[in-house]
Amino acid sequence: MEWGFWLAQAVSGLAGASALFLTAAGLTLVFGVCRIVNFAHGSFAMVGAYVAVTLLPPLLAWSPSLSVFLLGAVLSALAVAALGAAVELLLLRRIYRVPELFQLLATFGLVLVIQDGVLQLWGPEDIPGPRAPGLGHGVAILGERIPAYDLFLIAVGPVVLALLTLLLRATRFGLLIQAATRDREMVAALGVNQALLFTGVFALGAFLAGLGGALQVPRIPASGGMDLPIIAEAFVVTVVGGMGSVPGAFLASVLIGLLQAFGILAFPKITLVLVFLVMAAVLMLRPQGLLGRPEPPARGAIEGLAALPPPSPPLRALAVAAILAVAFLSDDYLRKVATEMLVLAIAAFSLGFLIANAGIVSFGHAAFLGAGAYAAALLSVRAGWPMEAALAAGPLFAGTLALLFGAALARMGGIYLAMLTLAFAQITHAVAFQWVELTGGDNGIVGVRPAWWASDRASYLLLAAALVLPAIWALRRVLSAPFGVLLRAARDSEPRALALGLPVVAMRVAAFALAGALAGLGGAVFAFSRGSVDPTLLAIPQSVDLLAMLLLGGVQAVAGPLLGAVALHGLKDAVMPLTDLWRLFLGLAILLLVLAFPRGLAGAWRRA
Amino acid sequence: MTCLRLPRRAALLALPALALRPAAAQPARGEPVRIGELNSYARMAAFAVPYRNAIQMAQEEVNAEGGVLGGRPLEFVFRDDGATPSDGARVAEDLLTRENVAFIAGTFLSNVGLAVADVAARRRRLFLATEPLTDALTMAQGNPYTFRIRPSTFMQTRMLAEAVRGRPVRRWAIVAPNYEYGQSAAAAFKRLIAEAIPGAEIVAEQYPALGRPDAGPTVGALSRARPEGIFNVLFGADLIPFVREGQIRGLFENRTVLSLLTGEPEYLLPLGAEAPGGWIVTGYPAEQIELPAHRRFFDAYRARFQDTPRLGSLLGYVTVQMVKAMLDRARSTDTDAMIAALRGLVTETIVGPVTMRVLDQQSTLGAWVGEIALEGGRGVMRNWRYEDGANHMFPEAEVRAARRL
Repeated sequence: MEWGFWLAQAVSGLAGASALFLTAAGLTLVFGVCRIVNFAHGSFAMVGAYVAVTLLPPLLAWSPSLSVFLLGAVLSALAVAALGAAVELLLLRRIYRVPELFQLLATFGLVLVIQDGVLQLWGPEDIPGPRAPGLGHGVAILGERIPAYDLFLIAVGPVVLALLTLLLRATRFGLLIQAATRDREMVAALGVNQALLFTGVFALGAFLAGLGGALQVPRIPASGGMDLPIIAEAFVVTVVGGMGSVPGAFLASVLIGLLQAFGILAFPKITLVLVFLVMAAVLMLRPQGLLGRPEPPARGAIEGLAALPPPSPPLRALAVAAILAVAFLSDDYLRKVATEMLVLAIAAFSLGFLIANAGIVSFGHAAFLGAGAYAAALLSVRAGWPMEAALAAGPLFAGTLALLFGAALARMGGIYLAMLTLAFAQITHAVAFQWVELTGGDNGIVGVRPAWWASDRASYLLLAAALVLPAIWALRRVLSAPFGVLLRAARDSEPRALALGLPVVAMRVAAFALAGALAGLGGAVFAFSRGSVDPTLLAIPQSVDLLAMLLLGGVQAVAGPLLGAVALHGLKDAVMPLTDLWRLFLGLAILLLVLAFPRGLAGAWRRA
Repeated sequence: MTCLRLPRRAALLALPALALRPAAAQPARGEPVRIGELNSYARMAAFAVPYRNAIQMAQEEVNAEGGVLGGRPLEFVFRDDGATPSDGARVAEDLLTRENVAFIAGTFLSNVGLAVADVAARRRRLFLATEPLTDALTMAQGNPYTFRIRPSTFMQTRMLAEAVRGRPVRRWAIVAPNYEYGQSAAAAFKRLIAEAIPGAEIVAEQYPALGRPDAGPTVGALSRARPEGIFNVLFGADLIPFVREGQIRGLFENRTVLSLLTGEPEYLLPLGAEAPGGWIVTGYPAEQIELPAHRRFFDAYRARFQDTPRLGSLLGYVTVQMVKAMLDRARSTDTDAMIAALRGLVTETIVGPVTMRVLDQQSTLGAWVGEIALEGGRGVMRNWRYEDGANHMFPEAEVRAARRL
């Protein structure tokens, strides 16, 4: 009986692993060739599931057989492949010349558009898919009933792996994919039609995502919220396996599927963080993932970017005048929105400092925003500290946390480092989420009130400005100081910097701590403005928002993150009251801005 | 000539309408009483849109019959709360600052509800929380400006525990989504089942992540503990895979299953023919409720929206009824007057009288507890009865302790 149980548990885990592998294989191929971190990959899987639940019932009514079921799944995946090709042709094609991170912003806009598109096309209710004919029952093995469909899914994973391996090894398209994954410039120099290759790979990636979504429908319903959980797990699998490595993705899926199946027996509440713990552990031991190669140097992303010139005096005057005007001439609501914009601006600015100068792309920067907010809120509400002290404690706590994170990951680089920041942020999120006695869980902490002299919105806005603007000024000074210059030296050529005897790792850790502290300052200011804090402040969507603000505004000017924060937050604020379809409009606006200002609103992003 | 004939024609046209309405009713006019309503219309559309439909329907009925406060029309201003606490708090401030609303109402997610309640406390304005379930809203984090309509997590859990009182089901397994709602339902259940069934013990607990349904391992872990009963808190997109996997693997056979919210049309309809027969659930058997007022609501809703009302619709309609009763009693839109009116307010709703308890500002609106049965290829609730919320509230001493009264 007990053996039967272990077997059943393993089968469940492996079936989940197969489904995960299909989606992750697409993501890893796209990343390997196009170097795009495709946030919309989960959305493609969601569309695949929705097409499947639409297509399969009539097909199965016509002929209820497993082959027709498979035909329906493949047709759904082909539909998603067409969607992927269209996205590549109409959108990504236009922005390959800009640094890679911008494509991430575009795919983020796409996520929003697809969310609302799916809601409009298929309605808000979850749609369960039909069961696969002949596989809807349980098979009795060792006294346990094991779903036949799980056994089928377990077989699908290796079959797809074999087919993909065949494709990669035995066809010209596949060889080009492999070549481009190793050295894109060389492939281009040899005269290969890159445009066609990219479209093909993107469509193949979307096909695999769609297939993953479609084959899941007998197990999980098509629902409008499935995209983000799928992309989060697919990212983890891709990174753990090694970006660009299909067998690595398979290995990682199996590892995660099994850990999931058996981990919950010992730790039933570990479900939120398990995959991120695995990712952190693997990357600490093997920074390029299980089967990945050390990453080729990123092409022309930020190398050569110099110190930020100080904003021109008229610009500074304009910013101060705008804040004074809002503080004295507008209403309380605008004051609150302006305060939030300042908070987001300092967080985005500190993120920009990391990305542009230290070469550290952080996908988890909201962790520090949230850490600062939680520290301030807890000290104020639970310990009764005065606002002034709590505001000071926010950046201290966030800076300390960033110091610890920085020490753990300063030796890494590139996309793996970015993913590790994401993992750490998720672990921080889980602590806030599950340490209910201290943090109030996802309900958070309410009743955070500013001191009497800052309790009206105008005073508080002025206080926020008095904290945030000097902080931005100081950080810009740091960039021009020797520390900033040396950071950039290490960013552009780590071997040379090391040869000069620079303490590269220590400098990166210091930069990380500084950026974390400033984001924490923003968080502390935010806690007293909103009056409550909760885990969404340090969740992935908040990190993505910060990244979007930074990219939208541009990294090349001090005003960039400020502009980005004002633009994105203002846009959201303007669109949300108008329509239920605000995600669609927000997403479209981001896409338009990316196409119109591919280097950010505030000027060009210089290339190396 | 034309001038003389027009009024007569107008009067003729108005005759049928007059025959249907109480003689005194005049359509409302004058400056509207504006109410700011915020909810997750994009993220939780399955719940929020039927809710808004019913509010609009009820608002038009109230206005056609003379409105409120001596003939002023009600006007709900609907906003999306972005489904995050930060957005929700901001939208609440927007409504209070710029939209000139008398008070705010709504929210679906618990953390959004708490953040908005905090805005209300800070701005000293009334917040009528219609849908969020968390007990914290009326207990530890309750504030004098926040009132809740929907029966809370604790109340619904208690209804289910009472439904199996004294049954010889001792070994229980719990499965709940890994966030506050799931955790507090699980905690309440542990406590209540021990009172309802002497000797009851919890033999397994599973907390899958919300929205990341991987049902196989969860079902395996539960069945391994060989429970006699299962308490389920999963809903929506997490519930369907759990039910499928559990049915294939025989998890529910010969076991008592209690399940929160599963009888609500929002969650029962998507299950279709796979609705798990025999589960004891809280829910809303809309088409079976024969109370005349409810029947009228049901027919009117179906005629207007070509769809059956969801639980959200019921809540929306009851909300408007309570708002009208509150304004009738307060005779003004002054916040203090409205709060005084709400405390202890008894509203004759379409499902019977509902009281707003003074102590924790929680309404006594109840829920329906029954068994799921499969009929005509879909799940329906059978053997149900309406559990008045008044019998399932938190004990007064606990409220006093939690709210530090």
